[in-house]
Amino acid sequence: MTLTEDPATTAVEKEVGKARRRKEDARLITGRTTWTDNMVLPGMLHMSVVRSPVAHGKISSIDVSAAKAAPGVVAVFTGRDIADEQGSIPCAWPVTPDMVNPGHPSLAVDEVNHVGEGVAVIIARSRAAAADAIELVDVDYEPLPPVLDMEEAVKADADLCHDHTQSNTSYHFVFDAGEAGTGTDTEQAFADAEVVVSRRFVNQRLIPAFMEPRSVVVQPQGDNYTMWSATQVPHILRVMLASVTGVPEHKLRVIAPDVGGGFGGKLQVNPEEVIALLVARRLGKPVKWTETRSESLMTAHHGRDQIQYVDIASDREGNVKALRVRLLADMGAYLRLITPGVPALGAFMFPAIYKFPAYRFECDGVFTNKVPTDAYRGAGRPEATFAIERIMDELAVELGMDPLELRRKNWIQAQEFPFTTVAGLEYDSGDYETATQQALELIGYDELREEQRRRRESNDPVQLGIGFSTFTEMCGLAPSRVLGSLSFGAGGWEHAAIRMLPTGKVEVVTGSTPHGQGHETAWSQLVADALGVPFEDVEVLHGDTAIATKGLDTYGSRSLVVGGTAVVKAAEKVIAKARKVAAHLLEANEDDLEFADGRFSVRGTPGASLAIQEIALAVFAAHDYPEGIEPSIDADATFDPVNFSFPHGTHICAMEVDTDTGFVKIRKYACVDDVGTIVNPLIVEGQVHGGLAQGIAQALYEEAVYDADGNLTTGTFVDYLVPSAADLPHFDTGNTVHEAPGNPIGAKGVGEAGCIASTPAVVNAALDAVRHLGVSDIRMPLTPERVWRAIHQGGDGGDRAAAGTNAYGGASTESTTGVSTPASSLGGDR
Amino acid sequence: MIPAAFEYVRPTTVDEAVQAVAEGGEDVKIMAGGQSLIPVMRLRLAAPETVVDLGRVAEMRGVRDEGDALVIGAMTTHAEVVTDPLIAQHAKLIAEATETVADRQTRRRGTFGGALAHADPAGDLPAVALALDAQMVIAGPSGRRTVPASEFFVDYLTTTLDEGEVLVEIRVPKLAGDWGVRYEKFNRVAQAWSIVAVAAAVRRENGHIAEARIGLTNMGPTPLRASATEAALAGAAASPDAVAQAARSAAEGTSPSSDLNAQADYREHLAQVLTRRAVATAAGL
Repeated sequence: MTLTEDPATTAVEKEVGKARRRKEDARLITGRTTWTDNMVLPGMLHMSVVRSPVAHGKISSIDVSAAKAAPGVVAVFTGRDIADEQGSIPCAWPVTPDMVNPGHPSLAVDEVNHVGEGVAVIIARSRAAAADAIELVDVDYEPLPPVLDMEEAVKADADLCHDHTQSNTSYHFVFDAGEAGTGTDTEQAFADAEVVVSRRFVNQRLIPAFMEPRSVVVQPQGDNYTMWSATQVPHILRVMLASVTGVPEHKLRVIAPDVGGGFGGKLQVNPEEVIALLVARRLGKPVKWTETRSESLMTAHHGRDQIQYVDIASDREGNVKALRVRLLADMGAYLRLITPGVPALGAFMFPAIYKFPAYRFECDGVFTNKVPTDAYRGAGRPEATFAIERIMDELAVELGMDPLELRRKNWIQAQEFPFTTVAGLEYDSGDYETATQQALELIGYDELREEQRRRRESNDPVQLGIGFSTFTEMCGLAPSRVLGSLSFGAGGWEHAAIRMLPTGKVEVVTGSTPHGQGHETAWSQLVADALGVPFEDVEVLHGDTAIATKGLDTYGSRSLVVGGTAVVKAAEKVIAKARKVAAHLLEANEDDLEFADGRFSVRGTPGASLAIQEIALAVFAAHDYPEGIEPSIDADATFDPVNFSFPHGTHICAMEVDTDTGFVKIRKYACVDDVGTIVNPLIVEGQVHGGLAQGIAQALYEEAVYDADGNLTTGTFVDYLVPSAADLPHFDTGNTVHEAPGNPIGAKGVGEAGCIASTPAVVNAALDAVRHLGVSDIRMPLTPERVWRAIHQGGDGGDRAAAGTNAYGGASTESTTGVSTPASSLGGDR
Repeated sequence: MIPAAFEYVRPTTVDEAVQAVAEGGEDVKIMAGGQSLIPVMRLRLAAPETVVDLGRVAEMRGVRDEGDALVIGAMTTHAEVVTDPLIAQHAKLIAEATETVADRQTRRRGTFGGALAHADPAGDLPAVALALDAQMVIAGPSGRRTVPASEFFVDYLTTTLDEGEVLVEIRVPKLAGDWGVRYEKFNRVAQAWSIVAVAAAVRRENGHIAEARIGLTNMGPTPLRASATEAALAGAAASPDAVAQAARSAAEGTSPSSDLNAQADYREHLAQVLTRRAVATAAGL
């Protein structure tokens, strides 16, 4: 024990704020780690799924005899075989009391409702044998008319997606600020308004397209089951699987090992997870299922897919008076975990940063014969941000005002925080003006406007436009009481535990399960500062319900804000417990102890000090500790936030539009985000970059396209275009920092910011480039063809042809059951 | 994404390859790099009984100078084509187009001959071979024959290669005189196939365009020549206006498909714009 150091001279550099490289990256990037699909267990069987090639139909017969007889096949199960055990995929968010949930079997029993829906599973000794037997299952379908278009689906005489429901509408959700007491009468405000602008926006269907495919392994041990799954939500999955399958929660352990991305796409209870558990229970053997990329694009839940009817009212000076939003939100064929809640959550974000006196929101959740939608990066907030930032530009045009001037006139001023919005949210902190000024400087705004003027005057074939998005979002999901008031089926707290090991090393257990965010690094930085221990002495454990016993996992930019706070609170408890031991060992009064840089020292007694890491050993030995306390300084904490946090920022996009071809190219992109306190600037910048890529992708590249029969045309990455670094511009990023008052870290959340903010900035920029040519809207994604048509033929660019590209033999002609089709016999040599 | 079971043969000479194809059973596929074949097999769009892999046939690899023509082995990889000094000197258009094919990894494995024999209408190299009047040297059980590019591409993913035949090498006539070339590719993301592309080679003489050869990618089931534009350019002034005027007929006689990247009328428009740009650049305008 060293008692001679002077704490003042050994003060350690703070970890929070350091741009540390992520300690988990080496193993994640090299793959030298446990991805679920790497798991190999003795006697493990492999599962493949026979999927429906029709969007809507009755199953008239299934013949599995040939598949059962195939080499290596152990068993084949149809939906009928497991009908009594499979229950229904749970929906945890009944947004209205009378919401219609048609039920969601993991394997279809009588009827299929989207292409790719599972109708049978093959269990075989090898993955190849399981794949080979798929085409041996003979299924007859009696086709029913597919319901594919939401605006048609809500008409009175529409075909039904589910024949046992009264209509294709699952629910009608309303938020009316007048009724809620947070605003004035919306209808009256529109009646009195001097200017009203109305638009219909389409927020297209997207596919999360995470890098690691979904994968699950189930190992039965007696009446216990261990499930490894590439999931964002091992804790939620455990609870839900218990309720669906009847396997008691305490007999089920769920492990999310390292997980390669999710973007909300792995915030789900997947049919294949349920089936794998049922099969393992039946056969008493370990079972693995790993999806193919085609299965992933076709059957993992999709995101977005809203038609938005937006009305905005203002006076002639540009003071906004009211906002009215009506949504058709595509549920797809079934309700999955939070399918109905995604658009409902967005309800509170449409008023954004603007001081609307009146606001009304209505949303119809609509069933179609497509794969269900659910959470996708931003979940409700990108849709809302797109609508408000687009309509603000449209209003500016109507008023003949500069779009930034209109925003400035209506946004909440820095001195007005905390500010309660017309949607009833209390925004915590921020300064929209400062962020905007910085972003304007970053992008070189005045020069770009000058270039735009020159290009217009010279009638240059390449026009330039500048688009804004001044956004906010609600993060840190979530205050449990608020979730309760929204009928969500769970709370929003998070749990953490800190274990002080005998050698002074520290284990941090977090209930927030990462899938690539860098929790291990950020949490280590938090704990290093809180306990005053070296960064390298901290190990972060997560993802295993037997290790991280409590948790609500990772989504909604909640990890640092809620989970990180739980870690900090646990550290405070560790220090409080250690203080008693330190006082005892230093023979001092607790009140006379100071804790700094990991050491307790006695005020006024130079040299008398003890490191917390030394106390860990002393408590382990337990030879000498105070009477009346337990010999442990370990602690845990559960943190439930009282409010959301509200990151904000200003994003500016400068866009070149080739009017000859319609090709759009981002010239410059600058953004200044306020995400509160930044624990690790490198991670924050990485999150912003990735978010920007995904938000820009919605604007320019990605769209899940179904043909008239309900086949997913964009069934491979040939047709579902995910941009690479080569397709994206350099990003000029900056930050302002207004600490979040709702948590001790001061963090607001950064996981979704770039994705939420960027999409409207990009579309607004493209429109700004060609508005003088008569273009007032272009549908996303802004394909060159759509841009060209909007410029030269008017309208919003129209529908795309549904056919997939013919490149390399027409990948989209793949038979969904894996059976070779007439298109398989393609000529030529490859 | 697991292909159906298949037999695999890896010959080391052209003769062995021809024999392997003959003995491979009903449905034989020749693998010449596998950058299109393997994905199609993994998707089970193709389930050949036998795959004959030409990867070890050394005599099919490399570029040689035969006086008035370059001879490019069918198994020469895209990466080799891009860096080959003879191609850079005598057939720069091929190198320029090949550089736009997919990504580095694909160019490292994919081959010139494989791309031609695959005859993907969205592939970049068939239109280039057509524009350069390349000759396809084909080996089969009854010996060798040579087919001009204009007769080689028959239909969607279909060539004049008969069952049992192997594309061995490609003879590319050297361009004599003051030629400029340009491959103008239009796609949505960097690694994607061409929505439309235009391969142009232009010979200038005394301030005029003496001759233009223009190949169109993805303007029909096979690569096409923009014959009307070529005719209009022959002897035309080397001026932007003359080029623009000629390019207006670039889509004549084409039959492009409609897909989610482009409907047919937009493809026709793109062909005109890209032809104008390709010819103008090739002509040094």
